[in-house]
Amino acid sequence: MSRQIMLTSTLLLAVAVVLVPFYWLVVAATHSSAEVFGSPPPLLPGGHLLDNLAGLEAGVGFSRVVGNSLLIATLYTLLAGLVCTMAGYAFATYHFRGKEFLFGLLMLGLVIPSQVTLVPLFKMMLALDWLNTYQAIVLPNLALPFGIFLMRQSMSALPAELLSAGRVDGCGELRLFARVVLPPIRPALAALGIYLFLYQWNDFVWPLIALRTRDAYTIPLAIAALQGATETDYGQILAGTAVAALPMAVLFLLLQRHFVSGLLAGAVKE
Amino acid sequence: MTALASRAAPAKATRVRRLPAMKVAPYLWVLPAVALFAIFKIYPIVWSFWLSLFRTDGALQTFAGAANYQRLVADPLFWTALRNTGVILVVQVPLMLAVAVALAVALNSPLLRFRGFIRLGFFLPMITGLVAYGLLFAVLLNPQSGLVNWVLGLAGIPPVPWLTDTLWARIALGLALTWHYTGYNAVIFLSRLQALPKDLYDAAAVDGAGGWHRFRHVTVPGLRPVILLTLVMSTIGTLQLFDEPYVLTNGGPDNSTLTVGLYLYNNGFRYLDFGYASAIAYALAVIIGILGIVQFRVLGERT
Repeated sequence: MSRQIMLTSTLLLAVAVVLVPFYWLVVAATHSSAEVFGSPPPLLPGGHLLDNLAGLEAGVGFSRVVGNSLLIATLYTLLAGLVCTMAGYAFATYHFRGKEFLFGLLMLGLVIPSQVTLVPLFKMMLALDWLNTYQAIVLPNLALPFGIFLMRQSMSALPAELLSAGRVDGCGELRLFARVVLPPIRPALAALGIYLFLYQWNDFVWPLIALRTRDAYTIPLAIAALQGATETDYGQILAGTAVAALPMAVLFLLLQRHFVSGLLAGAVKE
Repeated sequence: MTALASRAAPAKATRVRRLPAMKVAPYLWVLPAVALFAIFKIYPIVWSFWLSLFRTDGALQTFAGAANYQRLVADPLFWTALRNTGVILVVQVPLMLAVAVALAVALNSPLLRFRGFIRLGFFLPMITGLVAYGLLFAVLLNPQSGLVNWVLGLAGIPPVPWLTDTLWARIALGLALTWHYTGYNAVIFLSRLQALPKDLYDAAAVDGAGGWHRFRHVTVPGLRPVILLTLVMSTIGTLQLFDEPYVLTNGGPDNSTLTVGLYLYNNGFRYLDFGYASAIAYALAVIIGILGIVQFRVLGERT
C-alpha cells in the first residue's frame, strides 16, 4: 500500500517535471517578449497570443510558412507511405533473386550518417535548379529504411492463406495489395503515417540547406531564423514553436496507441 | 519472433509454388524504393567520397588527393568537436540509458497506478521537433531571467550560467538530450520487459532472490539485446548531433558544444568548403562504423 503510493507519486512528480516545458511553452506563447523574461517569469497564460501571431505573420509570413510545412509533410507522408509499403510488401511476401541483397542495401541507410549526403545532395539540387522547391525536400527521403522495415515486419505476420486465397479467386496483384494486404495492417499504416508526418514536420538540416528563401521556409526554419534576428522577440518565437508543437501533440495523443506499437514493432527485433 | 518465423516459413513455400509466372512482379514493387535510394542515397555517398579528394578555392576545384584528410588530422577544431561528441557519448548516453532502464522497471511494476498517463507523459517529449525544444530550452535556461534559474533562486541557489559557461553549456545540452530521448528508450525497454517470461522471475523468487538480485540476474540479462540496440542507435544519433547545439548554443561558448555534425555544416554551408566538409563526413562515417562494430562485438557476443 505505502510502496504503491510512493512509487506512483515519485513517477507522477517526475512526469510533472518532464511536462513543465510543455506547460511553460503554452504560457510563454501568450506573453510579450518583455513579459517572458520578466521577473518573476510568467506562470499563467497572458493576453498576447494574437499579437505574437500577428508579429509572426508580419515578420516571416507565418501563414505561408505553416502552409509550406503542411503541404510538404502531407505530400511526403503519402508518397513515402506508398514507396515504403510497396517495398515492404515485396520483401515480406515474395521470394526473388537478390532479395536479401536489396533489403540489406536499403537497411544500410539506417547506419549511414545523413551528413555524408548533404553536400552532394545540395550540388544535385543546385544543378537541377530545384533549390527552394517542394520536390527538393520530399524526394530524397522517400525510400526511408525505417518505413520499409516497419512495413515488412507487419506484412510478414499476415497469414499466407489470405494471399493465396485471393490469388486463387483471380484477384489481380494491385487489387490484392489494396483489398487484401493493406486492410489488416491498418494499425501499422497509422503508425507509419504518424511517424512520416512527424519526421518531415520536424526535419531541420536538409530543409535548412535546400530552402534558401523565406517564402519557401518550413516552420522549424522560420523559428530558427527569428532567433538570429537582431532583436529577437521570444514571445513570437515561442508562439511559433507552440503552433509547431501543439497540433503534433494533439495528433499524437489521439493516435498514440498506434504510434507506440508501430515504433516498437520496428525497434524490438532480434 | 520465433512464432513469427515458424508462421512465415510454410507461407513462403506456398507462395513459391503459386507464383511461377510472376517473376517480374516483386521487382516492380521494390523499384521505386530502390531507384530513389540509389539516386538520393548511394550516388551521393559515392560522390561525397570523390568530393573529399578535392580542394575548394571559391568556385575552383583542384584535385588534392588525401590533402583534406591530412588537414583533418591536424585540425584542432575537428578534435575539439570530436572530443565534445565523445564526452556526450561517454557521459550522457550511459546515464540516459540507465535512467531509461530504471524507468521501464518502474513502469512495469504491478504496484504502479495511472500507468497509461505516466507512460504517455514520458513519451511526449519525443514528438517535439529538435528546433522547437532547443529554442524552448534556450529560453528556460536563460541565465538572467529563465524559469529554471528563477525556481533555483526560490530555493536560495545563485543563478547558474547555463549556455554561457563552457561546463554548464555542456550540461544544458545533456539535459535537453536526456529530456528528449529518455522516455523513448524507456518504452523500448518496457516492451522487452513485458515479453520476458514470468517463470524466470518466479524461479528466482523461489530461490530466495531479493529485488536487487532479480534485477541484476534476470532483468538486466533479459534486456541485454535491447540495451545493445538502444546503445547503437544512441551512438549513431549522438555522433550526428546537429540540431540541438545549432539552436541551443551554436557550438559555443568557446567551442565547448561544437559537435562533429555542426563543424561539418559550418565548413560545408557557411565557408562553402565542400571538399573539407565531405572529408569530415567520411571521417564521421568511419567512426560510426568502427564504434558500431566494437559495440556489437563487445555486447553482442554475450547475447
